[in-house]
Amino acid sequence: MSRIVALHLGLVALLLALNFLLPAYTHGNIARIMVLAVYAIGYNIAFGYTGLLSLGHAMFFAAGMYGTGLILRFSELSALPAWGVGLACGAGLALAVGLLALRTAGVAFMIVTLMFSQAVYLIILYFGAFTRGDEGFVIEAADRMIWGLDLGQPQVRYLAAWALFSVVLLISLRLVRRPAGRVFVAIRENELRARLLGYDTFRYKLLALVISGTISAASGGAYALLFGYAGASFATVQYSIFPLLWVLLGGAGTVLGPFLGTLFMFYLIDIASGLTEAYMLIAGLALIGLTLFAPQGIAGVIRARLWKDLP
Amino acid sequence: MTKSTDHPVSTSRRTALKTLGAVGAAATLPLWSRYAQAQTSEPIRIGFQKHATGIGAAYGRWYERTTDAAVAKINAEGGINGRMVELVTEDDGTDPKRGAEVLEKFANQSKCDVAFGTLYSHVVIGSAPRAAELKLPYFVVSEGHHVASGILNRWTVQPGITDVKSQVQAMAPFVSKTLGKKVTMIYPDFAFGYDHRDNFSAAMKAQGGEVLEMIAVPPTETSFTKYFPKIPRDTEVLYHVMVGPAVLTFVKELGEFFGPNRPELFGFIDSLEAVDMASPGLEFLEGTYFWEGMPRYLQPDTPDYVKTYRDAVGIDANGASVNDAKDVSTAAHMFGCWETLHVIKAGMEASGYVGPKDRQKLIEAVEAMSVMPAGLAHPQGGKLFNGKTHQVFGPQYISQVENGKLVVKHTAAITDTLYADEVDYTAQSF
Amino acid sequence: MEFGPYLMLAMLEGAVLAAVLALMASGLSLTFGVMRVVNVAHGEFYMLGAVIAWFVAHLVGGGAALSFVAAAIIAPLAVGVLAAAADITILKRIDYDPERTIVATIGLLYVIQQVTLMTYGPDARPVEPPFNSRIALPWIEWGEGGPSLYFPWGLSTTSYKLFVIGAAAVLILAIRLFMTRSRAGLIMRATQLDSDMATAFGIPVERVYAAVFGLGAALAALAGVLIVPIQQAHYLMGGDALLLSFIVVIIGGLGSMAGTIVAAVLIGMSDGIISVFFSPTLAKIIATLLVALVLVFRPQGLFGTRDR
Repeated sequence: MSRIVALHLGLVALLLALNFLLPAYTHGNIARIMVLAVYAIGYNIAFGYTGLLSLGHAMFFAAGMYGTGLILRFSELSALPAWGVGLACGAGLALAVGLLALRTAGVAFMIVTLMFSQAVYLIILYFGAFTRGDEGFVIEAADRMIWGLDLGQPQVRYLAAWALFSVVLLISLRLVRRPAGRVFVAIRENELRARLLGYDTFRYKLLALVISGTISAASGGAYALLFGYAGASFATVQYSIFPLLWVLLGGAGTVLGPFLGTLFMFYLIDIASGLTEAYMLIAGLALIGLTLFAPQGIAGVIRARLWKDLP
Repeated sequence: MTKSTDHPVSTSRRTALKTLGAVGAAATLPLWSRYAQAQTSEPIRIGFQKHATGIGAAYGRWYERTTDAAVAKINAEGGINGRMVELVTEDDGTDPKRGAEVLEKFANQSKCDVAFGTLYSHVVIGSAPRAAELKLPYFVVSEGHHVASGILNRWTVQPGITDVKSQVQAMAPFVSKTLGKKVTMIYPDFAFGYDHRDNFSAAMKAQGGEVLEMIAVPPTETSFTKYFPKIPRDTEVLYHVMVGPAVLTFVKELGEFFGPNRPELFGFIDSLEAVDMASPGLEFLEGTYFWEGMPRYLQPDTPDYVKTYRDAVGIDANGASVNDAKDVSTAAHMFGCWETLHVIKAGMEASGYVGPKDRQKLIEAVEAMSVMPAGLAHPQGGKLFNGKTHQVFGPQYISQVENGKLVVKHTAAITDTLYADEVDYTAQSF
Repeated sequence: MEFGPYLMLAMLEGAVLAAVLALMASGLSLTFGVMRVVNVAHGEFYMLGAVIAWFVAHLVGGGAALSFVAAAIIAPLAVGVLAAAADITILKRIDYDPERTIVATIGLLYVIQQVTLMTYGPDARPVEPPFNSRIALPWIEWGEGGPSLYFPWGLSTTSYKLFVIGAAAVLILAIRLFMTRSRAGLIMRATQLDSDMATAFGIPVERVYAAVFGLGAALAALAGVLIVPIQQAHYLMGGDALLLSFIVVIIGGLGSMAGTIVAAVLIGMSDGIISVFFSPTLAKIIATLLVALVLVFRPQGLFGTRDR
């Protein structure tokens, strides 16, 4: 087993051990951070590895959230199949958006994804009769059960979040070390060269976007199940910006970066808001400081200074 | 003392001192006993979910001022069960995700006994499931119909402010008798607006009136004139309600659209909450009518307990801050914080609340409440609490703009605001 | 209201939006064109313009007209200087790297918003227009005795709204002249075409960048000053404005000033007119998808040339 695999398995094991050690508040926070880190990992595959800067990933998160939530609200399906539907919604949406948006690149790609995401947000509002619009809806406790386990219980919630996070982290680790992942990086570094080497770059970019969208939807669906709420605020532009920030802070194009960035940002706001009401000021200054002094993000700095092979 | 960035510490201290002076006479315990109590027992900790940033910030600031005043008053009177009340304020960013996180912080980190104070519906709905899981009594001050509609849970109650459904239906008799039978409605295109649309049109029909046209405006809109041509010519009454930072534009453009010949206007004060009635462009509102949750302007027949309440919160005769006449309060909603804190006090005293293990008893004690007489604890008016639906019912005020001030013309009785129960939370388990 | 007057009213409203949008987007287009960076804080400069206009109106006094003129001078200057300072202290140091610029300007956005919230507060506050009279507009009706004029119910605008349209047109023309006729404009265009070559010719590219960033922000602030008598100054008003100007700049074609103007008119007018035919939320969905599809099938924008 290589050092790299050991490192990632070590994090997974550490997070499992923390389940039994953490005080209640931190325990709940880490569970939430793991769910959101899944979103960041999904985003990182498109942005960090393939170089697709999307400003619309909230639509995939929302597809998972509403796919899962609406199925539970209007059908007899139970939590796990409903979550599966959420995943399928995310994958389907990513495929459709990708087929159109990947005809563009650069800034145009940013705007096209932003627009599609905005349309998804407006569609959620438009069908308020089903989605309850901006207010959103509560997912009943009775629907939030997997194999008889209540996802609202702190232990079950933590372990479910941990399982999802671990699986997605290891998938992402495996993906970037396989040939497909290396083609993603080649496209990010120089798409023309990748094409000259004979790769169908459009297909690879589409593949990256669909994987990314599906993982984002997995996070959205899991959020709905674990925290019992689906609402349109999760489809706003802000929630497209968040994963970009997390990934950039943690280190774009690194496997651990998304988790580190999510963790850092959560505690930055949580601790700063305890000190002052002007916590957004602190968050803003921290972002500027990071771009000035640690532009590769946390994991990026580790890679540059300490560990050259960190994936 | 809670942190506040909107006004310097000296002013809040002054307000607090004034509160002490105003209500000191009413204190029931002698000074030495209050001192001893404060020395010997742990404070009761109330987590205040405040909209300090985000779209709800204008409301959040006044909710905090009212809450601070109520806590100072309760403490001056000896606290709850002889224990001082300590407020733990957290910003929820007017965001449902952060709202849920803040509840976890109250329950698990700052060890609050109860959580309180949320206004925006999506934050309430996003936070309520967590309140139930944490078994944390959650007292919302939202005026949303979400509590009484049955979509929330046994741990979430709204005992300090009436819900939009009862407010809206209580307006229909006045509108149809005094203003006209043919109504056109303009409302925001989301759940809050739909509550207005559905309940008012039904209530109007029951009164023999009709709603000619229903015009929904997206919540993100910043200019409104293009929607006004949809108002039918034969409209007798235009019913308007709008929320968000663009409300003043909405009302101004309404005036510019109609010019000299307008229909009767009936609005919900939400369209102008925290907005100075003397703002440029609002002159045309003279003579129009508004719903008010509680009168903003000091009325000639205002009872003494309302004056005491207004002094404690620090608003002048025009409903603006005593420190800044331009800083207009959210008078029609913020009283809910004051009243809710008094309900929490009454509930804790009735249930002999000692610590978190008594949270269930607290909810049961609140559910057992019924009549809440008007007075300093309930300055908005006498109320009726429905323990099954966790919702309070109370009087509603209709005011007319006279010389740029809102003058109460009609008070809808509680009986006009009642509707059939939609849920029985007491049948649910804890 | 009948269809004809209704459409005219919607177009008038659209024109006001288009005018303000064109001004604001010109600023964004300028910074993007010359510096190739996306300034996410552009909407906050617009908001600052509006907020400063409120402060000026309350500190200067002397009537609405005087304070409006004062605001129109002070706000762009102050915001321009602030932006130039941000350029020198932050953007220059990260070497205008596109991704890092996005994060840094998001940070700037948070800082500006929070400082505004702490000083100005969360309220939406109005500023009195320098002049504002309601102008009822006539409409032509073909009756039995030929065409005749009448004044339909509600068909009106205000003198200030007409002024905004006129002022924006004049300002945009002035920018165009500045860019094409003045020496400073020439230097900016030279830097836009090839910054390395410009350096070789002795153009102080760094100072040009700071000036361009400041000028772009000043235009946004000016748009804020113009809009605040119609809307109100609010600390969150920058978000939607940023989104719209983004769309306008991209649809118009990156770096093409003329394209930006045409796109602003298109987007502004269509916002008004589509809402005549569809329910407003549906109208916004359609407009949003249209923008996306235009870009999909013409990624260089309507007027851009395919250069990258």
